[in-house]
Amino acid sequence: MNEVASRLPIIAGVLTMVVTLSALLIWLERRLLGFWQERYGPNRVGPFGLLQVVADMIKIFMKEDWVPPFADKAVFVIAPAVIIVTVLMSFAVVPFTPSIVVADLNVGLLFFLAMSSLSAYSVVLAGWASNNKYSLLGGLRASAQMLSYEVFMGLSLMGVVMLTGSFNLGDIVEAQRDLWFCIPQILGFIIFLIAGLAETKRIPFDIPEAEAELVAGFHTEYSGMKFGMFFVGEYLGIILISAMITVLFFGGWQGPWLPPAVWFWIKTFLFICLFILLRAALPRLRFDQLMTFGWKVMLPLALVNLAVTGALVLIGHPPK
Amino acid sequence: MTGAFYLASLVAVVSTGLVITSLNAVHALLYLIVSFLGVAVVFFLLGAPFIAMLEIIIYAGAIMVLFVFVVMMLNLGRQAIEQESAWLMPRIWVGPSILSATLLVELLYLFGFGVLSQAGGIMGQAPKQVSVVLLGPYLIGVELASMLLLPGLVGAYHLGRDLRNEDA
Amino acid sequence: MLKLLKGIWLVFLHAFTRPVTIQYPDVKPYLPPRWRGRIILSRDPDGEERCVGCYLCSVACPVDCIALQATEDEHGRRYPAWFRINFSRCIFCGYCEEACPTYAIQLTTDFEMSEYDRRNLVYEKEDLLISGTGKYPGYNFYRVSGVQIGGKDKGEAEHEASPIDLRSLMP
Repeated sequence: MNEVASRLPIIAGVLTMVVTLSALLIWLERRLLGFWQERYGPNRVGPFGLLQVVADMIKIFMKEDWVPPFADKAVFVIAPAVIIVTVLMSFAVVPFTPSIVVADLNVGLLFFLAMSSLSAYSVVLAGWASNNKYSLLGGLRASAQMLSYEVFMGLSLMGVVMLTGSFNLGDIVEAQRDLWFCIPQILGFIIFLIAGLAETKRIPFDIPEAEAELVAGFHTEYSGMKFGMFFVGEYLGIILISAMITVLFFGGWQGPWLPPAVWFWIKTFLFICLFILLRAALPRLRFDQLMTFGWKVMLPLALVNLAVTGALVLIGHPPK
Repeated sequence: MTGAFYLASLVAVVSTGLVITSLNAVHALLYLIVSFLGVAVVFFLLGAPFIAMLEIIIYAGAIMVLFVFVVMMLNLGRQAIEQESAWLMPRIWVGPSILSATLLVELLYLFGFGVLSQAGGIMGQAPKQVSVVLLGPYLIGVELASMLLLPGLVGAYHLGRDLRNEDA
Repeated sequence: MLKLLKGIWLVFLHAFTRPVTIQYPDVKPYLPPRWRGRIILSRDPDGEERCVGCYLCSVACPVDCIALQATEDEHGRRYPAWFRINFSRCIFCGYCEEACPTYAIQLTTDFEMSEYDRRNLVYEKEDLLISGTGKYPGYNFYRVSGVQIGGKDKGEAEHEASPIDLRSLMP
């Protein structure tokens, strides 16, 4: 029990920081999109429009929280909670600094993969429970997309695991003391970046909610804070994937002069910006393009990466 | 720790019961997922985190998504629920429950006589030990499983090939 | 693949260009003089109403937002008894201004006319009539046209020959 009590401040700190950041990310995304589209974005409420977040929060809390009469009520209510819970659980294994980590699991990487595979349910169940054909189509697309991209998301990370010899994220960061894994695992990094985009349903891969075809996809029937939870879940997902890229491929907290936490957040912030840049620059894929790309390009690449890394590791350290 | 174990097992058992009794297919699948998560926690508490994570990734995360996918496609309506409730008549479930109850009594008997008491003393299994065992003494099992999966893969590819392009 | 990366890089470079947005309430945008904004009714240089109640604007209006009733004063001068423009219908096409024979109805550069109540968008004559001449400062319809009103007989307008006495036109 004493151990639990000593961890409570870390848990509370991580939770507060992550949720606050995800709220600020709404503002950041709109401002950055604005700059890339040669306009300003929200800049009226408070300094640089920062209080826009507060205004949006107030608005979304005051909205009517409507459950359609034809929906499956229990599942309809559970679905937005699932995405928040799974993503927040994943943050438990992310090592922010050598000392700040909620749960130093020896299967941390697998825990992250497990939680990201569970987050698919949120979208699928939201689509089914809404009892609306557009939502259902969104849910079907989401389940197919997330299932197929999870496959090589996991495979792309196995190269990192081979080089480290551990699933523990702290050990993975420590193993990058001399060389960040983004250089030997460049292929794995690119595959993980693309799979991460697909997992968070960001714009080149946002076909589950493709507003041009499916109204709003799986969250067509959602309003008020339930809709807000999908939104916050998406931004939490962006932070999570960026943090995981930092941890797995860019040396986590490591870096000269500055304190570890600062390095970690600088790197994570750059990847968050990259996610937003991709949204500003790329068009949405068609569904068959997405599937072909996933199974016929990314999966073989991930397997090649896995085989080559395994061979090189064996040549370097032959088994005794 | 013991409390957590019993709580997780209780969740797993109760949700499994609800899988059988719930009339709506999707609700039943959701309870099944909860049951898998409960089993994963049990594995974790027994010192097998690798198996626990695989339970979530493979069963709860991948296979059940496919189940939910198929049930969503089937679009089961009110008729299916009526049929399910008809199947829950005592006449239907009394046979299987007698059989399962026999197994349960047998299990409790074994527990009571301390035959299986060593099971509580499982050592913690790191992923490395699991893989060494899998690719060492149990290599033949792994190979057999992969041979079983390969025909499945080939068959799925055969069924899913694009017939329109083959004629051209 | 390379094209995609090139596109991403191009979009990234746009972060360093100036936004084209005009921050409107703080910075007023430049409006050309012929901007089609709020409609007004102007007066001639003598301070009399220019409108002669010919209904041409009302006819020209594609959305039928202009209504008026013409009447006549004791000098024989026509003017609208009431004049009503429903700005919730108006599409600011400027056809009324083109149709007007006396430069009375004009479109201005004012566009800030939002209202909380829709009924407040119906402008009556006293809302429309301004005290100035608008875009045509020197123009006075009755001074250049041949219409006869009290105090100005036929032939007394500018550049107008006096009327010909038909009975004196003998060969």
